Amino acid sequence: MATGSESQTDDLSTRDEESGAGEIEARVGLRYTLKQVKRDTTARIGIYTVGFVTLVALLAAIDYYLFDYAVAEAVWYSPVRDPDQVNRLLPPVGMENQFGAGAIEHPMGTDHRGRDVFVRLFYGTRIAITVGFMATGIGLIGGTLIGSVSGYYGGWIDDLLQRVTETVYAIPFLVLVIAFMTAFGRDLTFAMIGVGITSIPVFNRLIRSRVVSIREEDYIEAARAAGVKDRNIIFRHVIPNSFAPVLVQATLQIGVSILIVAGLSFLGFGAQPPTPSWGQMLSASRNYMLPAPTFSLFPGIAILITVIGFNILGDGLQDALDPRINN
Amino acid sequence: MSEPLLSVDNLKTQFFTEDGTVRAVDGISFDVYEGEIVGLVGESGAGKSVATSSILRLVDSPGEIVGGEITFKGETIFGLEEGDDGEPRPRDDMLSEKEMRRRIRGREIAIIFQDPMESLNPVFTVGGQLREFIEINRDLSGEEAEEEAIDMLREVGIPAPESRYDEYPHQFSGGMRQRVLIAMALACQPDLIIADEPTTALDVTVEGQILEMVTELQEKYDTSFIWVTHDMSVVAEICDRVNVMYLGEIIEHAEVDDLFYETKHPYTQALLDSMPRPDKTVHELDPIKGVMPEAIDPPSGCRFHSRCPHAREVCREVHPEQRDLADEGEPTHSAACVMYDAFEVGYEESRPIETEATGGFSAGLTETGDGE
Repeated sequence: MATGSESQTDDLSTRDEESGAGEIEARVGLRYTLKQVKRDTTARIGIYTVGFVTLVALLAAIDYYLFDYAVAEAVWYSPVRDPDQVNRLLPPVGMENQFGAGAIEHPMGTDHRGRDVFVRLFYGTRIAITVGFMATGIGLIGGTLIGSVSGYYGGWIDDLLQRVTETVYAIPFLVLVIAFMTAFGRDLTFAMIGVGITSIPVFNRLIRSRVVSIREEDYIEAARAAGVKDRNIIFRHVIPNSFAPVLVQATLQIGVSILIVAGLSFLGFGAQPPTPSWGQMLSASRNYMLPAPTFSLFPGIAILITVIGFNILGDGLQDALDPRINN
Repeated sequence: MSEPLLSVDNLKTQFFTEDGTVRAVDGISFDVYEGEIVGLVGESGAGKSVATSSILRLVDSPGEIVGGEITFKGETIFGLEEGDDGEPRPRDDMLSEKEMRRRIRGREIAIIFQDPMESLNPVFTVGGQLREFIEINRDLSGEEAEEEAIDMLREVGIPAPESRYDEYPHQFSGGMRQRVLIAMALACQPDLIIADEPTTALDVTVEGQILEMVTELQEKYDTSFIWVTHDMSVVAEICDRVNVMYLGEIIEHAEVDDLFYETKHPYTQALLDSMPRPDKTVHELDPIKGVMPEAIDPPSGCRFHSRCPHAREVCREVHPEQRDLADEGEPTHSAACVMYDAFEVGYEESRPIETEATGGFSAGLTETGDGE
């Protein structure tokens, strides 16, 4: 609603005092925010990076879910099957190591079972992005609900919810996630849920602090006086007005989640072989650091670029959403 | 007269703070009849706004309505009875929170807030908010509500309402926003509108337009108003009857003309004297001395005695209840001041005391008396 209703057509909005000077834009809403973000060069790099990575992930997901790697296998190599043990640990094209010389059919070389690194990186993107968005989504939704209810009602509800989330916050999150996965299962789903749950307190605190001040605004009182339900007040009036910092945090949190789940995969929690994931590729490569250092290089670079992309985008969003910074 | 639309009887709202109990509204009673505009006047901190939010039962913790009765169209908005354990508890016929929300707030009693800049949600279009309020309070579909919203915007004098509908609050000027708020209140066709200082934040020319518009719309829709203000000129302009509040109590009640021409209570007189007028220079103005005492520890006796130019010993001892001082056959004109013979507490024989208003040595302090 907050973003969907800006159907300001040009003829209407240029009518006022700034007529001729261009469209009077609402300083809220998705379109305005994106516009602001695009003005900033670094933020633009962030958008393009994130956009590119997400696109790759989408393509990989389509191939994975619809064709079960058939497309990749047809045009390149299967990321999961071990075609042969012959071409193990080949270096990227143009380089040489004790296992042989790099060839164009494996531009980034091969892994310890002879699978193509490039294809596995490509498919690893799907997992990284899924994990980043899902884990952050769980944290975002959970944290926003808890934080806004807590901040809006105050009193004992606030106390109860805040103490519970603080308890979760107090436990080192890696320990919590590993314990969680040990209890429920070592696969990727529980990694996402686990990381999501541990990020709930972050969002909860952020939105609660905003809601506590928004709650006192006159328009909230006006909505109550007009007989609007508490639920609608929270969803339609309180949350949209408290959301800007949460959006920024969510963008940063996606990068963090990707990093955490890669770390979990490295430890053996998360995507199980032979599913290609960056963390797990890193994990496999650590035994071949000396003979084939390039094997560990590419998954590391992929993680680096993705996480930095999200961080830059987060920073850019922060600047764009902060009305005090006028760029 | 017929049954009042809204009847407030001995309403008490208190705030339980760490420093003690703040008696923000301390036993006020007034009625509102159909189609009339009732003024609620007083300085900042007199408890006007708390009184109005009490009527909608919107007082937030640590505040609480602790006593009295509010009846609206025969239904009990608030009422207490003595429970089995001797403690007061809500009466059975008191409307539940859900009924208040569904049937009373917005639908029967609407409120217009003081600050038009702050009373509209900045992330929604003006039309969206107006439509939301109409949808929940009039059981209309989205499209009908939108049509109604545009009609209401036109009604309150917003030019090109169809295009303004899709604009955001920051694209409206203060006066326009106040018109939107009035449209919101009227759109749900309530029987009573509480206007909480709706013109205070506006400049006088806009204020004049708004008052004129409200008067017109009031006649058209026959809505009753409670008009909360501290501006006596607005009262004169718009109200039928007036209640003057001081420190949580209503100290004078009269028809508007009587209040201005036959002022009874010294506080009302002081309010009138402090009104800037074209025939007086600033030096001739006679503002009320001192500031209103804290409602947490109100002065004994008459609460105004510490600032009253006519204060006497007896004022400190006797707490006057409002009494009707009007002549036989005249409309009610009640005041709470022992100066009048009707109170029979021996005001004439009592010794005058020094107060801030009498300008004695202790001027500027709330300390009074001479060490008896």
